[in-house]
Amino acid sequence: MTLHAVTANRLLDGEVVYLTPARKWSALLDDCCVVADADAGTDLLAAGARAVQDWLIVDPYLFAIEIEDGRISPLSRREIIRAAGPSVRPDLGRQTVQPEPVWE
Amino acid sequence: MYQYDQFDHTLVSERVAQFRDQVNRRLSGALSEDEFKPLRLMNGLYLQLHAYMLRVAVPYGVLSARQMRKLAHIARRYDKGYGHFTTRQNIQYNWPRLAEVPDILEELAAVEMHAIQTSGNTIRNTTADPFAGVAADEIADPRIYAELIRQWSTLHPEFSFLPRKFKIAITGAPRDRAAIKVHDIGIAMRRDANGNPGFEIWVGGGQGRTPVIAKRIRDFLPEPDLLSYVEAILRVYNQFGRRDNIYKARIKILVNDLGIDAFADAVETEWRAIRDGALRLPETEIARIAAHFAPPDYESVPALSVDFAKHPLAAPEFVQWVRSNTAAHKQPGYSIVTISLKPEGGIPGDATAAQMEAVADLAEVFGYGEIRVTKEQNLVLPDVKQFELHALWEALKRHDLATANVGLLTDIIACPGLDYCNLANARSIPIAQHISRRFANLKKLHDIGSLTLNISGCINACGHHHVGNIGILGVDKKGTEFYQVTLGGDAGTDAALGDIVGPAFAEDAIVDAVETIVNTYLEIRQDGERFIDTYRRAGLAPFKETLYGAR
Repeated sequence: MTLHAVTANRLLDGEVVYLTPARKWSALLDDCCVVADADAGTDLLAAGARAVQDWLIVDPYLFAIEIEDGRISPLSRREIIRAAGPSVRPDLGRQTVQPEPVWE
Repeated sequence: MYQYDQFDHTLVSERVAQFRDQVNRRLSGALSEDEFKPLRLMNGLYLQLHAYMLRVAVPYGVLSARQMRKLAHIARRYDKGYGHFTTRQNIQYNWPRLAEVPDILEELAAVEMHAIQTSGNTIRNTTADPFAGVAADEIADPRIYAELIRQWSTLHPEFSFLPRKFKIAITGAPRDRAAIKVHDIGIAMRRDANGNPGFEIWVGGGQGRTPVIAKRIRDFLPEPDLLSYVEAILRVYNQFGRRDNIYKARIKILVNDLGIDAFADAVETEWRAIRDGALRLPETEIARIAAHFAPPDYESVPALSVDFAKHPLAAPEFVQWVRSNTAAHKQPGYSIVTISLKPEGGIPGDATAAQMEAVADLAEVFGYGEIRVTKEQNLVLPDVKQFELHALWEALKRHDLATANVGLLTDIIACPGLDYCNLANARSIPIAQHISRRFANLKKLHDIGSLTLNISGCINACGHHHVGNIGILGVDKKGTEFYQVTLGGDAGTDAALGDIVGPAFAEDAIVDAVETIVNTYLEIRQDGERFIDTYRRAGLAPFKETLYGAR
C-alpha cells in the first residue's frame, strides 16, 4: 500500500495545488488529504472533477506520497519538483515563498 | 528585416482579440478545459509543472532590437524576469498568468510578434541558418524563402489540423547550421548550372521517439515552385499520414512506410496538379520580400588579419572568444558574433530581462539593430566590425555574456527537462550545469575543440540528444533519474544519429562518464581530428572500453 493524495494546477495561474480533507484546495502540500492507496482516492478524484467543472483547477490526479516524522513527501522526483519549484532556480517557486494556504 | 503589411497586422490583432475572448470565456466557465485546451495551444500556451508556459515565435530566428526589448519587458512585467531561448529559435516564458496572456500577446503584436502556431498539429515556425544573409559561405539568403513560407503557412486552412506537428528548416549555405536533415522538410539553397537559385529538398527527418535522417526527395527545385512543392508534400502527408497513433503520426513514419520513391511519386502527382496555380511565385513577389532583407549599408572598413586576435598584447580570454564566438562574414571587415547563453554553471538558453536589453543595446551600437536566435540556444549579432570586436567583448563581459565556448563542449543544448516540463522524465539542466562546471577551464575546453553535447529530459528530444556528438537522454527508472549516452550524432551537413554506448548512468555518475569519454578522445585523437572525426574513425569500442571495461 502506498499513500496517495490529489494534486492539480490552479486554472488562473497554473499554480500547483493540493486537495484538502475539507475538499478545498491548498497551495501547501502539508494540507493535503492523505488516503491509504490509489483505490481509496476515488472520492478525492470526484471532488477534483467537480472543481474542474467549477473552473477552479485543471488536470487533477492522484500521486504517491510518504509520511516521515509527520512530514508529507512525494515519492517521485516530478512531484518533489512540483511541490518545491525548479531545482535549478531555488529563488523561484514554493521553495522561496510561503504561499497563501487554503484558497478555495 | 521583414515589416508587417496590413494583412499581417490585421491577422495578428484579430487573433489577440479572439484569444482574449476565449480566455475570458474560460475564466467565466463558459468554456471547459477540454474545449479551451486546443484553443490555448493554437496560441502557444501550455500548462507545465508549475505554471502556464507561453512559447513566442521568433520568425526564422530573426529579432530586431526593438522586439528584443519587448521580450525583456514581458519577462519583467508578466513573468519572473527571464526567458528561455529554445532549440527552435523561439522564446518561452515559464510563469505567465492565464488572465494576462492576452495582454502579453497584445504587447507582442505591437512589435510584430505573436505565438500563433508555436504549438498544435500545425506548421510551426520555420527555422533557418542563424547566419542567414551574412555568412561568407552563403549561396543565397534563406530568410526571403522562410518569410514566404511563414506567410503561406500562417493559418493555412488546409493544414491547421495535420496528423501531427510539422517543422520546416532552411539553409542558404552549403554548411548546414539549421539541422535541416532532422526536420519534416529540410530545404537547402542551391544554384543550377546557369546560376539560377533553387532548392534541394529533404523530407521525413526528425528526432523524438523515432529519430530519422531525412531523405532527399528533390535535387533541385526551381525558385518559383517552392510553395507549390511544399504544399504538395503537405497534402500527401495530410491525406495519408496516420491519425490513429500519435507515435506514428509524423511524416517520417509515412515516408518510411511508403518508401521515399513512392512518397516522391505521390508528391509529384499532387504537384503537377497545382504547380502552375496560385502558389507559383512571381519574380515580383520574390523581389518584394527580398527587399525587406536587403543588406545594410555596410561601411568600407579594413579587413583585419585572421591573426589579429593573436596579437601579443591581446588578452588570452579575448583571443579565445574571437576564436570560438566569431564567424566569417561575407562583408570584408565584418564578423558574425555569437553571444553564448551558456555561462559556467548557467542554465542553457536562459537570459534575464537585463541581458536581453543589453543585447538589444549592443545590437544597435555594434550593428544594425538585428539579432538572431540559434538552435543552440545562443544569440547572434550578425554585423560587427572587426575593429570593434574588442569593445563588444568588453561590453558583453559586463553582462556575463562573453563566455568563449561557442561550438565547444560547454555550449550545451539542454531542454527545460523535469525542472519545468510536463512531459519530461528526468532533469536536463542540472546535468548541463555540472558538466559546464567540470569543464570550466577555457584552455582545456579549447584544447578539446569542436564538440557538441546535447541533453534531453525525455524521448521527445527537444534537447536534440540524438544529434549531439555526445548525446544524453534522461530516463526514469523506478522513480530515479538515469542518463543514457549516445555518441557520434551530428546535426550538420554530415547528419548522423548517435549510437547508444551502453547501459545508462546514474545522476551522480553521468558527469564522470562524460569526462571519461572526453579523455578517451584526447588519448586516441589524431592530428587535426575533431571529436566526431575520431568517433567516425574509431567507433564505439574505445569509449565502451573506458566507460564499462572495468565492470
